[in-house]
Amino acid sequence: MAHLSAVLATTHHPFYLKATQLTPPEQRMPQAEEWRRKVEAYRETLTAAKPDLLVMVGADHFHQFFADNYPTFLIGKQPKYDATFYNEEREFGIPPFLLDGDEDLSGYMLQGLLDRGFDFSVSHELKIDHSIICPIITTRPDADLPIVPIYTNIFAPPLPSPKRFWDLGRAIRSIIDEYPSDRRIAAVGSGHLSLELGGPRQFGETGPDPVFDRKAIDWLASGDIDAILENVTHETMAGAGNATHGFMDLILMMGIAGPIEAAYVDELDLFHTREMYMTWYPEGDPR
Amino acid sequence: MSKYYVNKFLYQVDGNPLLLADYKADAAALLVRWERDYGTHLGINHTIERTSWLGFTDRERQALIEHDYVTLFELGAHFFLCLTIFIAIYDDDYAARSGPLAFQREYAQKLSHWIGKDYPTVAL
Repeated sequence: MAHLSAVLATTHHPFYLKATQLTPPEQRMPQAEEWRRKVEAYRETLTAAKPDLLVMVGADHFHQFFADNYPTFLIGKQPKYDATFYNEEREFGIPPFLLDGDEDLSGYMLQGLLDRGFDFSVSHELKIDHSIICPIITTRPDADLPIVPIYTNIFAPPLPSPKRFWDLGRAIRSIIDEYPSDRRIAAVGSGHLSLELGGPRQFGETGPDPVFDRKAIDWLASGDIDAILENVTHETMAGAGNATHGFMDLILMMGIAGPIEAAYVDELDLFHTREMYMTWYPEGDPR
Repeated sequence: MSKYYVNKFLYQVDGNPLLLADYKADAAALLVRWERDYGTHLGINHTIERTSWLGFTDRERQALIEHDYVTLFELGAHFFLCLTIFIAIYDDDYAARSGPLAFQREYAQKLSHWIGKDYPTVAL
């Protein structure tokens, strides 16, 4: 059966590349060097797991999908994936990528999800947006591993419940555990802590709700799903910032890991957000 | 009111550099052209099939023509689409004049009367 070599849950800040590498050194923000150091240290937690392929979790930000037909849960099943949309390149400076896919695991995952009561949509012409490319840039910048992309709706309400994201993570885990392969799979997903976009609390000196951020990191780091399900609702997330619902993809990642303590936890207070870098090793710490 | 139609406009214009340039230069003219060539086509990719019943209210049309993101926020247009398109239109000019994030901070300030309140829903 396949090995789940690591589970990574990270915030995705689309300006990482621009802020730390594309901007000339003399014009970089003061935190640029610390940010780069933290990201490179985080990258080591994936490298150490020696993965052969990546199950990636993200959410389309109205790039390919729109409200005429926005999927609640979707998986890609393709030999290749283009990545980065025109307006992401324009705003964030993220370059295009071409990633390999893994149709065998995509198909096995899709069937396994259907069998477990998750009626996924499937795409055979999916283009990846920054929710998946940002963690590629930060944790696997050579983009040299095949991916199985999974998209969730954290963006176009009404949204599934936090409990549903946890349950989906658990289902993905059981499918990986049963996958008849000796390959090493890592799951890498991105989301948000408290976040405000297009609202009155955007681009402040800190994220919109540092108190939520503190609790959220502690809940994830300790594997405390009970506290999350007790405290995190669509309403409390909206209270922490209008785009905070991306936290549910971090809950999903903890669902893949299980209710266990994280092996690696780091964070960085940036302008207008708190960044979080977390890794679980369900089969033991390889470092 | 058609939040969906407003979002469709923001989505399609933000994703197309030619439409975006025209929206910046002459919003009223672009709105007419978008409705004819894009808005009344089914979904986001059809070129033959049409939707016969979608349209803007006067308030929506005026807010889009005036790049009035405060009214669009209050009408429940999607926050991400609004922010992204108006960053594309205004960020460079504001940053050159007043430094990084100047536009984004003015945007927040103009919405500051919503702090502590429930925002208008973006649900459709």
